[in-house]
Amino acid sequence: MKSGKRGFWLVTTALLSVSLLFGCTGGKGTPADTGDPEPGKDGETAKKIITVTFRDDGIGENGAFYKWLKELSASYPDKSVEIKPTPIQASEGDYFAKVALALKSKDTAPDIVTEDTFILNSDASAGYLEPLDDKLAAWEDWGNGSFIEAMKKGVTASDGKVYGVPYNTDSRGLWYNKDIFKQAGLPEDWQPKNWEEVLSAARTIKEKAPDVVPIWMNMGKATGEATSMQTYEMLLYGTGERLYDNAGGKWITKSQGILDALTFVETVNKEKLGPPLSKVLNGQAGNTASREYLPQGKLAISLDGSWITGNYMESGAAPWPEYKDVLGFAPMPTSQGQDPGSITLAGGWALSIPSNSKNKDEAWEFIQYALNKDNTQKLVMSSGNITVRADVAKDPEYTKMPFNEIATEYLQNAEFRPAQEKYPEVSTQIQTMVESVATGTSPADAMNKYAQDVTRIVGADHIVEK
Amino acid sequence: MSSLSVDVYPKRRKTYTWLFFLLPSIAIMLVFFIYPILLTFFYSFTNLALTGEAARELKFIGLDNYARMFQDPTVRISIWNTLVFLIGSAVIGQQVLGFLIALLMKQRNKTFRRVIGTIVLAGWVTPEIVCALCLYSFFGDEGTLNAIITFFGFSEVTWLFTVPMLTIILANIWHGTAFSMLVFQAALDDVPNEIEEAAVVDGASKWKIFTRIIIPYIKSTITTNMMLVTLQTLGVFGLIYAMTGGGPGNSTTTLPIFMYNQAFVNYQLGYGTAISLLLLLIGIVLSLLYIRSMKE
Repeated sequence: MKSGKRGFWLVTTALLSVSLLFGCTGGKGTPADTGDPEPGKDGETAKKIITVTFRDDGIGENGAFYKWLKELSASYPDKSVEIKPTPIQASEGDYFAKVALALKSKDTAPDIVTEDTFILNSDASAGYLEPLDDKLAAWEDWGNGSFIEAMKKGVTASDGKVYGVPYNTDSRGLWYNKDIFKQAGLPEDWQPKNWEEVLSAARTIKEKAPDVVPIWMNMGKATGEATSMQTYEMLLYGTGERLYDNAGGKWITKSQGILDALTFVETVNKEKLGPPLSKVLNGQAGNTASREYLPQGKLAISLDGSWITGNYMESGAAPWPEYKDVLGFAPMPTSQGQDPGSITLAGGWALSIPSNSKNKDEAWEFIQYALNKDNTQKLVMSSGNITVRADVAKDPEYTKMPFNEIATEYLQNAEFRPAQEKYPEVSTQIQTMVESVATGTSPADAMNKYAQDVTRIVGADHIVEK
Repeated sequence: MSSLSVDVYPKRRKTYTWLFFLLPSIAIMLVFFIYPILLTFFYSFTNLALTGEAARELKFIGLDNYARMFQDPTVRISIWNTLVFLIGSAVIGQQVLGFLIALLMKQRNKTFRRVIGTIVLAGWVTPEIVCALCLYSFFGDEGTLNAIITFFGFSEVTWLFTVPMLTIILANIWHGTAFSMLVFQAALDDVPNEIEEAAVVDGASKWKIFTRIIIPYIKSTITTNMMLVTLQTLGVFGLIYAMTGGGPGNSTTTLPIFMYNQAFVNYQLGYGTAISLLLLLIGIVLSLLYIRSMKE
């Protein structure tokens, strides 16, 4: 009897301890994710909180996006809604992983999330995002030509549905230092017609200004997507070849275009027209080129994105007021100068609504307000990006910013990365391939290895050789 | 009374009341230890992904992840790099260096021991990531080491690019040697002075004392330490990730780095967990080898 009673107490104690244990771990709902109405400060009105998740690269409340959100939140006409920034502080790569984790669950999903167009399709395939077609059909701005038509490709997933409203974009080309060009006897208004002219300018610089790095392209795995997009895809698309054959629904694993693009990389390294490998194969390569080498006159040509001038603004990482006069921005020519003459890849970011959002209608209302003409203009001008809206592109205030007009003009021939969910994985194979060529592997060997790896990732049924 | 308690005691032993006392700890073990391991094991047979179509629907794909692992040349490179890193920094570096420092400090005066001990311990108390940043600025292109060698008139060496594996091995030695030093210090202090003195009286040379007395006496410490240091080193991630990121190329990609890249850069969590189990397997095999050698 006595021992039976003791047993009872022991079981009770054990159960209590276990429930206590679970009690500790079962906490739900961090303050950031409560989408439910919450009493206002005066206790009169119930405000709905719309959370907006974006990437904070360490600047915090001084970041352009954060400031912009704060401003919008104050000016938002619907006072029953509160706009709450919930930034994720992370490196670019980690941001996508963290967002994917947050979107998975109703408890952590924000109401609006900023999506890079290259990951948007993957997140849409995962079922993380809400298709917006019905909502967009009713939005005047979307249908009346206010948005540049080509930009809609970037937010359309492989199922043909639209999963976000783009708010900025970028284009790529050849930045060059006019002072160095003058010194080497090259034209200050440089417009190369084909790859050979790019290389010959680099050779001239190597000869006339031996202390200067003639041309910089990101070529390492460590620079990640910059290697794929700013370097390899700019070259590949310039040969007329593509990464993915949309008609057949297959990845192109072997082609003359791939060989030509890799041969360009090989030539730059063989003839020592590029920076030393120790500088270009590390994660800081992009910053070294745009924040140190280019402003300090140690670099003549840089194949890079339109946003690098953001560094040179007063609030940027490497203020350089003279950049407007010293820098030139030439379009990247196609390999032989074939149509359309020049090429650019466009990326950019969009506002999307997670399928786990609790306030989808309110979120959509806010997106329409945030991405109207005036508000997008404010955002792209403060962050140094280029606009996706045709009406902003014509605005004199926007066009008077150096290079904005020219960078927006390049978008006419803009290509996007394939809207395929395997793209991020294929992209890491591209980086491996480019780096191996930069370090001495022959283009043919590197392409064969790439073909093998891509086949493993997408399956033998989804590849084609040209 | 006393006869009663003698009667009751064996009876009570047969009941399982002790189990109830253990329940909370068993529950904790199950929830936080066994369950995640089983889950990892399960996920390694699925296509679990962070994003993309696979994230929508979890599918059981059998041994596909393992098959992929054996076909993937980067896995072979990573295993090789892991072993080189392990042997270089743990077995040779930390173990031998830690032992030598401990031996050097044996029976020296207190000040000497304290000064050396503090210097070595500095590496140990520095968090891994801080340690990585310190050594990055030491070996970097414009780092301290290059400043020193250019001062003496030599030309700069791009250490992290030319000899990346060596730099991370040295970094890990700097970071972890103190652990071995402390373990060996304790063991060496336990070697009885009388035996050594007796050997000296018998005319044994220093080398003989070292190989015939000290080494056999601390043999089990050597294997235990070897095992601990090995397991610690197998999991090193932050140090390598921050110093070289696994590059240039794949030259410093060890299994933990490769696992991270697959899981969080390529978003293939299923494949990542399969690699983590490979790492676990390597750890188990090495531990068994050490334990066996300890028994002999």
